[in-house]
Amino acid sequence: MRSPFRPDSLPDPAILDNHRPLINSLERRGLLRGGLSLGALVMLTGCDVKRPEAVKSALLAISRLNDDVQALLFNPNKLAPTYPASMILRPPKFNAYYDVMNVKPVDGATWRLEVSGLVADKRPWTVQDLQALPQSSMVIRHICVEGWSYIGGWSGPTLRSFLEHVGADLRARYVAFRTADDYPSSIDMATALHPQTLLATAYGGDTLTDPFGYPVRLRMSTKLGYKNPKWITAIEVTNTYPGGFWEAKGFPWFAGL
Amino acid sequence: MHWVNVAVMLVMITSGWGIYDDDVIVRGFHFSPFWRLGDWAAWSLNWHFAGMWFLVINGLFYLGYGFATGRFREKLLPIRPAEIVRTVVDTLHLKIAHEDITVYNAVQKLLYIIVILAGIAQVVTGIAIWKPVQFSGLVSLLGGFQTARVLHFAGMTVIVGFLIIHVTLALFVPKTLWAMLTGGPKLKPRTRVEGGHAT
Repeated sequence: MRSPFRPDSLPDPAILDNHRPLINSLERRGLLRGGLSLGALVMLTGCDVKRPEAVKSALLAISRLNDDVQALLFNPNKLAPTYPASMILRPPKFNAYYDVMNVKPVDGATWRLEVSGLVADKRPWTVQDLQALPQSSMVIRHICVEGWSYIGGWSGPTLRSFLEHVGADLRARYVAFRTADDYPSSIDMATALHPQTLLATAYGGDTLTDPFGYPVRLRMSTKLGYKNPKWITAIEVTNTYPGGFWEAKGFPWFAGL
Repeated sequence: MHWVNVAVMLVMITSGWGIYDDDVIVRGFHFSPFWRLGDWAAWSLNWHFAGMWFLVINGLFYLGYGFATGRFREKLLPIRPAEIVRTVVDTLHLKIAHEDITVYNAVQKLLYIIVILAGIAQVVTGIAIWKPVQFSGLVSLLGGFQTARVLHFAGMTVIVGFLIIHVTLALFVPKTLWAMLTGGPKLKPRTRVEGGHAT
């Protein structure tokens, strides 16, 4: 295919000669140069690249835009691949913002799950209450933002059944979590209602052990590892952006897979 | 488009190294902080996910332009194996024939094709490891999440390898640099047969 920018025929040389000075001053590169310096000027005035905070706020603005793009890419009916139970890693990989030695076990007998925000029934939940809900299981790949991954088997009620049970406003934007290890987190409602979003109480068929979030933690097949809080103590349904532990330090909020 | 690509590629490569360093693929192999864009992984990630838009948009314009104008076919094809061997031998004897910088030799053609394909592959493997659930079919096509991740890393090494050769050779023939900054020498209006009719 020929260049769309190339004329079919050359103009009459006499015309070119008559306008030679004008043609010489018309330079495509001049326009490019001018455009570049104009662009540079705009960038310098709009955003001082010498200040790291300015760069970071620009990056965060793009990250928030990416959150919206990720929400658009999220298909609520798309299930993550599942694996045979024989592939489950035992025990699962521990990861937190502190060492496994510093895990503070939660007493299941006295543990209560607070429910707040846009819900009809705000009564606190016990471990038995969670066990009374219909149970689901899934063997999925856990993917960490760092790059490592492993196959894990999780069971418990779906977050959807829990939200329906407490009469949550399912049109609300966010579901927020607070935890015993001070690791706030939040997710979008579409992901909260996904069939592979569990309030996990068991791993590989056994009750969760202390380092992995006993008595209950979030496990989603559609988000990165850091979006899955352990030792959940409170769930809130809200329209106000709740943020999260790593999100406050710069990591993307949506973090969808 | 080339200089936008230079900036974006440097952003993507160095921020990628920052992300890589959190969980290395080659045991014991780290990138020192000097080479990493972003204070730590979160900011490397933000750089990477900001840069990707510029990479893809600029890349689409470049590919669209290259195909639509026939520039790729004209400049990058054909490649003859004998020519490749001859050019490599010449280059090893430090005989770098580049009198006419508007014509690429066989090795140049091959390297440019490789790096263009590597760039496209980086986008594909990048999408796979960014959205392994939404594009799970693509991930299994690539051999699984960890394989896709290693392929993404391998694509980077191909591009970095190209960059080392590309920049070194460009410095050997300084007039190419000037051409790259100014848009290249003005070609004399040529009588050429294209699409069946002479212009």
